[in-house]
Amino acid sequence: MTVKQISVFVENKIGNLAEVTKILADAGINLCAISLADTKNFGVLRLIVDDSYNAATALKEHGFIFSITPVLAVSVPDVPGGLYRILTLLEDNGINLEYLYDVNSQKMDSACLIFKVERPEDAGKALTKHQVHLLCQEDLKSLI
Amino acid sequence: MGNYFQPEIECASREQIKAWQDERLVKQVKHVYEHVEMYRQRMDEKGIRPDDIRGIEDLHKLPFTTKDDLRDQYPYGLLAMPLSDCVRIQSTSGTTGRRVVAFYTQHDIDLWDECCARAIVAAGGTKEDVVHVCYGYGLFTGGPGLNGGSHKVGSLTLPMSSGNTDRQIQFMTDLGSTILCCTPSYAAYLAESIIERGLRDKIQLKAGIFGAEAWTEEMRHDIEEKLGIKAYDIYGLTEISGPGVSFECEAQTGMHVNEDHFIAEVINPKTGEVLPDGEKGELVFTSITKEAFPLLRYRTRDICILSHEKCSCGRTHVKMTKPLGRSDDMLIVKGVNVFPSQIETVLLNKGYPANYQIIVTRVNNSDNLEVQVEMTPEMFSDSLSAIAEKEKELVSALKAMLGIYADVKLVAPKTITRSEGKAVRVIDKRNLYQN
Repeated sequence: MTVKQISVFVENKIGNLAEVTKILADAGINLCAISLADTKNFGVLRLIVDDSYNAATALKEHGFIFSITPVLAVSVPDVPGGLYRILTLLEDNGINLEYLYDVNSQKMDSACLIFKVERPEDAGKALTKHQVHLLCQEDLKSLI
Repeated sequence: MGNYFQPEIECASREQIKAWQDERLVKQVKHVYEHVEMYRQRMDEKGIRPDDIRGIEDLHKLPFTTKDDLRDQYPYGLLAMPLSDCVRIQSTSGTTGRRVVAFYTQHDIDLWDECCARAIVAAGGTKEDVVHVCYGYGLFTGGPGLNGGSHKVGSLTLPMSSGNTDRQIQFMTDLGSTILCCTPSYAAYLAESIIERGLRDKIQLKAGIFGAEAWTEEMRHDIEEKLGIKAYDIYGLTEISGPGVSFECEAQTGMHVNEDHFIAEVINPKTGEVLPDGEKGELVFTSITKEAFPLLRYRTRDICILSHEKCSCGRTHVKMTKPLGRSDDMLIVKGVNVFPSQIETVLLNKGYPANYQIIVTRVNNSDNLEVQVEMTPEMFSDSLSAIAEKEKELVSALKAMLGIYADVKLVAPKTITRSEGKAVRVIDKRNLYQN
């Protein structure tokens, strides 16, 4: 139900982000979704990739610090109120949304958003119960 | 000729000074031998009897005292008087967080105040002056020392303590402060704030007595020019009494040690051998008049040069240079003593690796302390707020340990510079010591 997100610690220094992307490129990893959150001194790079295991191995070999976080890939109907309906479902179930970012793909009719929520399993159940479509890791891979 | 608080002492002949030192040292050695177990043991170990010390020629026979001794003897081990005769404590940070506590009898307070009074008078202070003290008050000796000295001189004393720049400037202009006492970096900050507010014409300062941290000649000129004053250096340490162990006269060619109370030596920090005038080494003090907390040959870790050359001010007491460096790794940041080991203690207590680097900078004459810590997988989390929370926790733990704010920066693993396999713990970019 959830997909694996890799969150990488990136110090705020010129070239650091480029280095992460180079390591992934060298390992033949394709990016499905990417988002960068930053503070004054450091950033957290959030990635969803086609091969999480190999990506994690490559990052580890190069001494990067990261964590794997379960997130939801939610298909959001591309109509007014599409996102509103989903957020309402989460709210009704008392689930807090920590952050979201989108998966950019031309191959879909609807939008796809990555949701980081407090209780991903519960959130997933609450959404699917109301016919919200969740994408799995394989689905995301096929979008690239 | 200059201004003296006690001309008969400050300008006494060298013979007279030696006679005082001989007599007081002999008495002091007996006092500590009788009342301080650590000294009694150390002298016994070296086979020295109090009777063997007949004058300052015998000083070199006595054991040294180090900051570690003060830490090990905390709190009462070095106390040489009944607690009921003590009236005050002051305190400073120790090497690994345990503080050093110094005790004072009323006699000890009086002699300390007297030393500070000499410094104030040397800077042109009289009973007509308004002495503005914005050193911190409390456990730190800066505020209480200059406050007491100013009372002895009979000047109107403004016990401002540190901080609240607006109020400092308001009192300075409204009450016509004439002598400013604070750290040089705060003086520089005040000078800029006064100029920014367009109040340069409203202040009546004529002199400043600045100490508790290293400062350069450039900084002195900058402060003197901006405030239109003459800036005097003052030196001291809590272990020996506080500010006023030595002070600068109008010649500004070194600080006169108050030799009737403190005997100064310079030693080779590695061998302990006493060095002659003009040679650079570690400054060592013996307090010969203090009752409650007398120290024999206390190693200050400050690197200095002593000079007995005749001073144009008329004072005869030996002069020491500004500290030219340290023989240990202590840093003085914002006037506060900081040991890298204290920072390490906090990191380890909080579960961080001892992989850190301390970076000290001075921006606009104000010190900034940054602690860089390498991120670990255990510390890392996808949530920015969780990381920020950890950073905040570390900042407050460091504040509690050091007494000053330190910026915490989490850096990528293995990025802290290592030379020959050993991490460089401290990078001081201030270039404070002129050699």
